[in-house]
Amino acid sequence: MKPFDYVRPASVAEAVAAAAKPGAAYLAAGTNLLDLMKGGVSRPDRLVDVTHLDGLDRVERLADGGIRIGALVSNADLAHDADFAKAYPAVAEALLSGASAQLRNAATAGGNLLQRTRCAYFYDTASRCNKREAGSGCDARDGENRTHAVLGWSENCIATHPSDFCVPLVALDAIVEIEGRNGRREIALDELHRLPGATPERESALEPGDLIVAVRLPPAARGFAAHARYLKVRDRTSYAFAVVSAAAALRIENGKIAEARLALGGVAAKPWRARAAEDVLRNVAPTVDAFQEAAWRALTDAKPSGDNAFKIELARRIVVRALSLAAAGTPARIPALPASPFASTSGAIHA
Amino acid sequence: MNLPLSLTINGVRREIVLDDPRVTLLDLLRERLDLTGTKKGCDRGQCGACTVLVDGRRINSCHALAISHDGADILTIDGVARGDQLHPVQAAFIAHDGFQCGFCTPGQIMSAIGMMREGQAGDDPERIRECMSGNLCRCGAYAGIVDAVREAQAGMDESNQRRSA
Repeated sequence: MKPFDYVRPASVAEAVAAAAKPGAAYLAAGTNLLDLMKGGVSRPDRLVDVTHLDGLDRVERLADGGIRIGALVSNADLAHDADFAKAYPAVAEALLSGASAQLRNAATAGGNLLQRTRCAYFYDTASRCNKREAGSGCDARDGENRTHAVLGWSENCIATHPSDFCVPLVALDAIVEIEGRNGRREIALDELHRLPGATPERESALEPGDLIVAVRLPPAARGFAAHARYLKVRDRTSYAFAVVSAAAALRIENGKIAEARLALGGVAAKPWRARAAEDVLRNVAPTVDAFQEAAWRALTDAKPSGDNAFKIELARRIVVRALSLAAAGTPARIPALPASPFASTSGAIHA
Repeated sequence: MNLPLSLTINGVRREIVLDDPRVTLLDLLRERLDLTGTKKGCDRGQCGACTVLVDGRRINSCHALAISHDGADILTIDGVARGDQLHPVQAAFIAHDGFQCGFCTPGQIMSAIGMMREGQAGDDPERIRECMSGNLCRCGAYAGIVDAVREAQAGMDESNQRRSA
């Protein structure tokens, strides 16, 4: 690991000033960053440790009915917050389907948003990777790429964003609060991660020094609590990233869908909100036919980036199944295998 | 660079001065404090052999910078027995053959202790498997591990009941 200076700021303002300098990186739990540093993939000159900052580790219920998740709230604490899990069940289920218990205890909300792709070529410094080294090329394009992107990719990069947490969050219109050199601002989570285009090395809308201080869910996000699920297909039952995942949330009134929310994970460089699919589900009965139509809409623009055409059909089936599970109702308890299609309590028929 | 660090490890307060911020909690324990019970398996957060409790919560010590945990209370496998009296989870691993080569065992036991404190699994084998999925065992002693954790959990439930009766 390359040597670095260690800085422990006393305030958010000090942190932003320290991290705005070239070569600096924020350190939260480090569950992804330390891995990247050990592999020589990330080589910061300075680590700005934000874990000792006050006030960033709280979950606050807001007067307007929304909720504010401090950037340092751990994945485990958020998922096991009973009130939170009841109001936002798909978010809790997504969190519990990610990583291992040890990693969830350490990993933070802000860090989860900013974790890097798990593309093997990004991690292998002997391979060419435009994300790691701009302009060097992409060895994934003709390499082992069965898990790579099918939406929003470019010839320069076919990596996916690995987060589970972000998938239901983007479906629920989460907002990211950012402290930067010019003060506080906020953006939609949907605008935080960038698609690769010609500049895959630029992964987010953040500027040097920008610190995510909180993630907020607006009041309307609670309206889906009765019909919200996260479903995740992975190569092994537990402790694996999504091959494809989906968050589905419905607001059902008088037997019809008043509003639907749908997002996909494991398919693109960002959590993929499927708005065209949501549109066809408005004011229709929650039937498998309607869900299949939504699934086709969600994947209309999908195309294989390599040996991964199967992911397109898999994603359609996962969408239908996630919507079917959501329509059946949020279970009283998160299944023993969270988000798994093999959970004994999944209760869904095959699409 | 001198980086002062104060940790409570297995109940003992330690004042440490690091000469390099790159030292992980795992390397601090093993290489500098001679607490070699905690194992280095993959050193990449994937195998769980390095699991310790930090402020009562299980984490991978290989992915934790020691300096960032200034002030923390750490429990390692070296500190769970009371003299010759094994921790109930240790005893259960022996009773159920919850290991073969034993390299992953310190991490398995610390993870199980952490899991029982989290109170999420109960004695449902499916939940135990899911809650222990961060600990790999290359010998494949999983069946014995699940049995050991179930027995330890049941023993803990029983002793809690006795205490409250």
